[in-house]
Amino acid sequence: MSTKSNKKPRFKYGSQASRDALSGYLYVAPFFILFLTFGIFPIFYNLYISLFSWKLFGAEPEFIGLQNYVWLLTDDPTFIKAVVNTFSIWIISTLPQLFIALVLAYVLNQGFVKMKDMFRMAIFMPFITSILAVTIIFNSLFSRDFGLINFILGTAGLDWKIDRFLSHIAIATMVNWRWVGYNTIIYMAGLQTIGKDLYEAATIDGANKIQQFFYITIPQLRPIILFTIIMSSIGGMSLFIEPLVFLDLRGGSHNQGLTMFLYLYETAFGTKYNVGYSAAISWVMFVIVVMFALLNWFITTKVIKD
Amino acid sequence: MKNRTGRLISYIFLIISSLVSIFPFYWMFAISTNTTAAANKFPPKVIPGDQFFTNVQNAWENADFITALFNTLIVAGTITISQLFFCSLAAFALARLEFKGRKLIFLLIVSTMLLPPASPIPLYMIVSKFDWINSLYAVIIPFLVGAFGVFLMKQFIESSIHPELIESAKMDGARNFQTYYRIVLPILKPGLATLAIITFMGVWNDFVWPSIVLKEQSVQTLQLAVRGLQNAYNRDTALIVTGAFITTLPLLAIFIPFSRQFIAGLAEGSVKG
Repeated sequence: MSTKSNKKPRFKYGSQASRDALSGYLYVAPFFILFLTFGIFPIFYNLYISLFSWKLFGAEPEFIGLQNYVWLLTDDPTFIKAVVNTFSIWIISTLPQLFIALVLAYVLNQGFVKMKDMFRMAIFMPFITSILAVTIIFNSLFSRDFGLINFILGTAGLDWKIDRFLSHIAIATMVNWRWVGYNTIIYMAGLQTIGKDLYEAATIDGANKIQQFFYITIPQLRPIILFTIIMSSIGGMSLFIEPLVFLDLRGGSHNQGLTMFLYLYETAFGTKYNVGYSAAISWVMFVIVVMFALLNWFITTKVIKD
Repeated sequence: MKNRTGRLISYIFLIISSLVSIFPFYWMFAISTNTTAAANKFPPKVIPGDQFFTNVQNAWENADFITALFNTLIVAGTITISQLFFCSLAAFALARLEFKGRKLIFLLIVSTMLLPPASPIPLYMIVSKFDWINSLYAVIIPFLVGAFGVFLMKQFIESSIHPELIESAKMDGARNFQTYYRIVLPILKPGLATLAIITFMGVWNDFVWPSIVLKEQSVQTLQLAVRGLQNAYNRDTALIVTGAFITTLPLLAIFIPFSRQFIAGLAEGSVKG
């Protein structure tokens, strides 16, 4: 019952401690077995695959050591292009997304705002749509000949798919639209933990709302901002459904919207069925994502100080 | 005076953001009620027409939505129920039972949540070894449990179920499973509801993994049906958008009535983490 009695003879039959231990393993077991088979094992199996010249539906796999990695890192301009595209899309999707969400959460948290629930629901709605549906809608909005966006901007005939940077903007727009609401909700929950007295003291000192936002809200929310930055680093680096549906398997005719994950996908399931090489891409990508997340962690903690 | 301008700007900002968030839904609706010819104009037509049922019928004839809906419900339903049960059970053990290695297990679970989404290749090979290609097993069994589910349930248990409550149940002679079933589950309801919506929504909306392992018409899901329309009739905007719209509507119907609880639950689960 108490932790003290647990320390002594532990597995005495019938004791509460032994029953707890037995139940504990039993309850975790179904989860753990499935999780090991379909969650953990594939990660290591992937490492194994990456050491082979391995075609799906092809000849016997042939062990080639680190050759896939050598090719990928020294002789693959398409991969470099995919890395650059991924970062380009990440910057123009994540930074505005998090900033807008932060401002929205701050405004929604103000006492005078009426109909909070309604605004919150409206802003959150995009999050429940599938990425496929989102891309289909924006495909129509960004249409070259009949698109509403070209009409509003007065840019009739502008092709958002062919130009590299324009295609990144279109894709980033879809990402921003879908994720602003989610981040707003997370930030709002964080704001509720900031004491009112901080703001009151600042008001007495003569700080206006905008100053309070930069000098109280952002520093106080630091752990939560950190969380959203790490999550969107991981998510943004693995982006690929939007370019796949908006453009095609190769991210467009000259790979203008090809991302790392899309390249990995296309290599394995497109026309090449080269799973060995694709597995190598996923491991290099993994290293890039982890390094990038750590870098963002470092920058965020440096930039936002208490 | 200054205060009033601030409030006005705040409201304008909120209203614009809400309109931008909602507009694409309206756009889906507007296009799915018009013919493709009407949608393909410049400036585009933004007023709803009267072609909705024609479009739905058209979509119905060009994709097997009934089979797709049936498959999607089986897949999403099975996964959701299984996740609720196995994840809450494991979370209960990890949060409130003493046993060796529980911290290590939890650490392992959390660390995989921080991994970038894994490549589908190894999973594809495992699933083909089991001979599940073109079977719903391929999209169900690997997802019966999830690290996020355990994490979220553990957050909820730790914040809402006090250890003393568990202890007193044990004093009264309740077995651990009774404690889980009679005490933990009822208190955990809001958390379970949040996990249920997130899981159901995720499975309903997923299309990449199903598109890899489900190639036959008889096992396709709703998202695959829409994708199929898009691949086959990529110039027929009204048809494709109608497909996207009718597969989004059920989710809206689930989400809107429960949005308050769902949003609160989601926020609570993430922020405490």
